[in-house]
Amino acid sequence: MSFVKLTASALAIAAVSASSAAARDQVQVAGSSTVLPYASIVAEAFGENFDFPTPVVESGGSSAGLKRFCEGVGENTIDVANASRKIKAKEVKACAENGVTDIIEVRIGYDGIVFASDINANSFEYTPTDWFLALSDKIMVDGQLVDNPNKTWADVNSNFPAVEIQAFVPGTKHGTREVFEDKVILAGCEATGAFEHLLAHAEGETAKAKKKAAEKACIALRTDGRSVDIDGDYTETLARIESNKDGIGVFGLAFYENNTDKLQVATMSGIVPSTESIATGEYPVSRPLFFYVKKAHIGVIPGLKEYAEFFVAEEVAGEDGPLAEYGLVADPELEATQEAVSDEKTLDNNS
Amino acid sequence: MTDLGFSQAQPVQNSLLTETARTRKRNAAERRFRAFGIAAIMVGLLMLILLVTTIVSKGTGAFQQTFITVNVELLESKLDKKGNRNIEEIKKVTTFGYAPLLKTAMKDLVADLSIETSLKSKHLAALLSKSAVAELRAYVIANPDQIGKTVEFRFLAQSRVDGYLKGRVTRESVVNDKNISAEQLDLVDALVAVGTIEKTFNLDFILGSDASDQRPEAAGIGVSMAGSLFMMMVVLALALPIGVAASIYLEEFAPRNWLTDIIEVNIANLAAVPSIVFGILGLAVFINYMHLPMSAPLVGGLVLTLMTLPTIIISTRAALKAVPPSIRDAALGVGASKMQAVFHHVLPLAAPGILTGTIIGLAQALGETAPLLLIGMVGFIASNAPETIAEGLLSPNSAMPAQIYEWAKRADPAFYERAWGGIIILLVFLVTMNTIAVILRRRFERRW
Repeated sequence: MSFVKLTASALAIAAVSASSAAARDQVQVAGSSTVLPYASIVAEAFGENFDFPTPVVESGGSSAGLKRFCEGVGENTIDVANASRKIKAKEVKACAENGVTDIIEVRIGYDGIVFASDINANSFEYTPTDWFLALSDKIMVDGQLVDNPNKTWADVNSNFPAVEIQAFVPGTKHGTREVFEDKVILAGCEATGAFEHLLAHAEGETAKAKKKAAEKACIALRTDGRSVDIDGDYTETLARIESNKDGIGVFGLAFYENNTDKLQVATMSGIVPSTESIATGEYPVSRPLFFYVKKAHIGVIPGLKEYAEFFVAEEVAGEDGPLAEYGLVADPELEATQEAVSDEKTLDNNS
Repeated sequence: MTDLGFSQAQPVQNSLLTETARTRKRNAAERRFRAFGIAAIMVGLLMLILLVTTIVSKGTGAFQQTFITVNVELLESKLDKKGNRNIEEIKKVTTFGYAPLLKTAMKDLVADLSIETSLKSKHLAALLSKSAVAELRAYVIANPDQIGKTVEFRFLAQSRVDGYLKGRVTRESVVNDKNISAEQLDLVDALVAVGTIEKTFNLDFILGSDASDQRPEAAGIGVSMAGSLFMMMVVLALALPIGVAASIYLEEFAPRNWLTDIIEVNIANLAAVPSIVFGILGLAVFINYMHLPMSAPLVGGLVLTLMTLPTIIISTRAALKAVPPSIRDAALGVGASKMQAVFHHVLPLAAPGILTGTIIGLAQALGETAPLLLIGMVGFIASNAPETIAEGLLSPNSAMPAQIYEWAKRADPAFYERAWGGIIILLVFLVTMNTIAVILRRRFERRW
């Protein structure tokens, strides 16, 4: 019966695959969707310039990528995790529990986070305080912490037009969210004095625990629908803004630069975001981008070290390289990074 | 209530030809129902027309691409400093080393055509796709004897130039764009006039591999199409025999008891399980437990097999049930065994129905993205064309719907066009498969 033959051959294929699975010959990368375009640019150029196959880059967010990275050592775990934030101590611990001990941290450069609205809508000049007053769950009114009463941008700052507050911010699985919370909301929280109030009333044993609790309370965003978490990609944020012209979205600089015909960017504390203003540190909302390499896989997966070295090479990640052209802010300390990669310098286990 | 209805039905002495109030009401109700039916169909048709026109109008652009014809002098001093044509040494020159050649070539091109422009050679070369250096390097490595000569190349133009020729990019929209300036567009106009820049059909979109975010113009759906093809091979090789065997046993041989009832209910339920559930199952069983490679079409095929099996079993059982018992009785009556009756008489008669069900199941599997998300088939993956069948099954690859999803997410609007173009290709496949299913049914199915 031909059915029997087909089944038998299919089973044979499956059996062969299980045994040959131990011979993966391309680097596998997963993680932050912010790093994805940079990683795919590097992967493509790597495949063109070396005799190794083009590495495979998946997205899914920094946390998801690091979680998969920490699943263990072996052919069917990923070699590199991209992250738009530093690895957390908690994650290093989780890694160690699964036998992933030697992790090489590589900083590739900086990325700016911009606030943009529809090109035909109102333009804004923000300060972190404005964002805190617009989006925080609780704000200070006459020395008292109350539920955020602001409905329009004019309520927040009298210089702004009286349009409804509608913000699309990255969801909590994105590394971008953390930067937004730290550099914008928390900064605004401190500037308005809400932080001191929260700190004074915070519960906790030690001063450190109190500070942590106050910070956590600070970054809680309102849940009445004026702040919408976007769990998808920037294209989803863009689509939301296109359908709601009053909306303000949080984007990566590179995404904005590719869509300048649809979006207009807002200044933050008077500075226009650009690769230059981020490189000088004038524009406040930026963050470093990283990738993490499993040292145990170097020498096992062909091309892994070469990929890591190629990624931070001057002609790739430098000021005139393709990454900078796409929107990455080159790292001024790139040379130190190159050295660390070629020495395979790992993270301290107690960090 | 019933009394009232009864008393109304009493006076029936009119002729059939004269309409009473009640007949009129009934006729009106029927007309209304027909009107509703037609309206429903019209709404459906309208949606279909809207969908098809949107897809076609947004997607056809992807099949055309802008090319720039340019003569490049393959300088020996840049590509092979020692001049011994040692391929290993030529390979040491990276794609970055080829960029100056393109700058010179573009400068010469503009000078030869005596077009006046104040653009620097860097901005001239920026009209070319970022893939040009890779194309050039691949050519030199394949033909090292051409070093030192001037060769004519037809490179892709960068996505903004392409968008300008397609009307997506306008002079107003490039005001804030740092990838292209109005002056570069002036030059593009001049080069279009002399025929150096032209828009032609682009086969690479159908056959090529995915490209990174910086070069949407070079991206193609070919490799992910191969990924889909390999997955369908796995699905066909596993789901058809398993599904048909299971349904023949259940329909013809299995005793009717509580156990087969439970199995039957479960199969019907499985057909309604959301596909993402099969993805999670695939991740847990095939990758984490069986250690099959991530992102491999083999795993994708196995997951889709699980998803397609219930569809195939249900349609096969329906096809077997449609064969009248007289056929079986006649076969058994002349001395055939149960198995002979099934395989010699029932199965051939049910085959068109089985094949139709299989093709529809495959078409459903072909368009599935959700389970592929979990087994790592979405991302920048479809970059290496598989060379052997084993490689096609095992090396990482994407699938057509996953590739479309990936393109739709990317920042450059040029990828959006390609996503629509990919939808057209996917739809062509689906329509073809469904047409084959319809033809099979029409030509071979027997009615009893």
